[in-house]
Amino acid sequence: MNATERAWQVLAEVPDPEVPALSVRDLGIVRDVRLRDGALEVVLTPTYSGCPATEAIERDVLKAIGDAGLGPARVTLRRAPAWSSDWISEEGRRKLHACGIAPPGKVDAAPVRVVPRIACPRCGSARTEQLSAFGATACKALHRCLACREPFEYFKPI
Amino acid sequence: MQASIARPEGAAALYALRIADTCLVLGQRLAEWCGHAPVLEEDIALANIALDLIGQARALYAHAGAGRLDEDQIAFLRDERDYLNPTLVELPRGDFAFTMLRNAMVATLLGELWKRLADSSDGELAAIAGKALKEARYHRRHAGDWVLRLAGGTDESRRRTEAALAELWRYAAELFESDRIEDDAAQSGVGPRWSELRAAWLAEMRALLGEAGLATPREVAFRSTGKLGRHSEHMGYLLADMQFLQRSFPGGVW
Repeated sequence: MNATERAWQVLAEVPDPEVPALSVRDLGIVRDVRLRDGALEVVLTPTYSGCPATEAIERDVLKAIGDAGLGPARVTLRRAPAWSSDWISEEGRRKLHACGIAPPGKVDAAPVRVVPRIACPRCGSARTEQLSAFGATACKALHRCLACREPFEYFKPI
Repeated sequence: MQASIARPEGAAALYALRIADTCLVLGQRLAEWCGHAPVLEEDIALANIALDLIGQARALYAHAGAGRLDEDQIAFLRDERDYLNPTLVELPRGDFAFTMLRNAMVATLLGELWKRLADSSDGELAAIAGKALKEARYHRRHAGDWVLRLAGGTDESRRRTEAALAELWRYAAELFESDRIEDDAAQSGVGPRWSELRAAWLAEMRALLGEAGLATPREVAFRSTGKLGRHSEHMGYLLADMQFLQRSFPGGVW
């Protein structure tokens, strides 16, 4: 296995600081890993403009690569194309659901006024309602289940 | 005390700076709600929206600084006249109705602007816009829903929404007054004159106000001039609050 393949493996174990159930790879923010001038370059696309975790992610990625003996490495940010929640892997969606966060639906091209009904990740009921389009982190909304009465987070499609 | 810096030069940088200042100053006003919003969910929502706006400003400042100035220097070390945001965003946060109506007005403006900038001849600006457009749609929906709810709510919430509209509307005209900075940007394909966004902005605002049962106010002769660096009396207080830490403790970090 070469250095870039090993780096991809290492990145599958680096958790996202705000949704630690997901690795940065599951989240789809690692866009490329390549060798440049003898050093590994990891290309990341930030999730939100103001995501406060961006710096922590860069640090964690470099540390993990260094710990695996694959350094020196550097991180570059790629803004375009903009990150989309559609880039979250199937495994990432399963992990979200397993930790009680409803995974995002597909991103619609047109802005929708109607708030979608999201199945409760705990009891599966579709009788849920949105409490707020904004949650504890930029990427999540707050919903509540009317069947089991539990609140839950919904990873926003964006 | 850290001395002021000169603002970045060049038409393209100033064009980006005006948008960044608009985002930063509204972000600062929204951040004032943190710990004060009427309900916890809205406290969180406003902090989230502020964070998006400040993140957008940060990317634009880094771009405008072109490696010579960093985003913190540009955000915190300029004097009042070097900020190019429209006066609308610097007005004190007011009550919740005022905040929501202003957010709807600004998110509608920025939504139209980001849409156009996604095709900018400046690749970095286009990339920032591509991301910000998605965020602005969430902000617009959030603010628009509240305008409808407040206008159709109690007598008190309606009275406050009407008062906010009467106060805010006269600051909208400035948004669509274009100058040399925007002329240059339009000619070089960097981005539109804001005056080109007026028709779409007005149509969307009319639709929202119409749905809320509010009459769109008539345009008046008054023109605010924040986009030219001539701000209202509120701007100095806002900057004092925002800048004092970096001025007193240069380079200070958490």
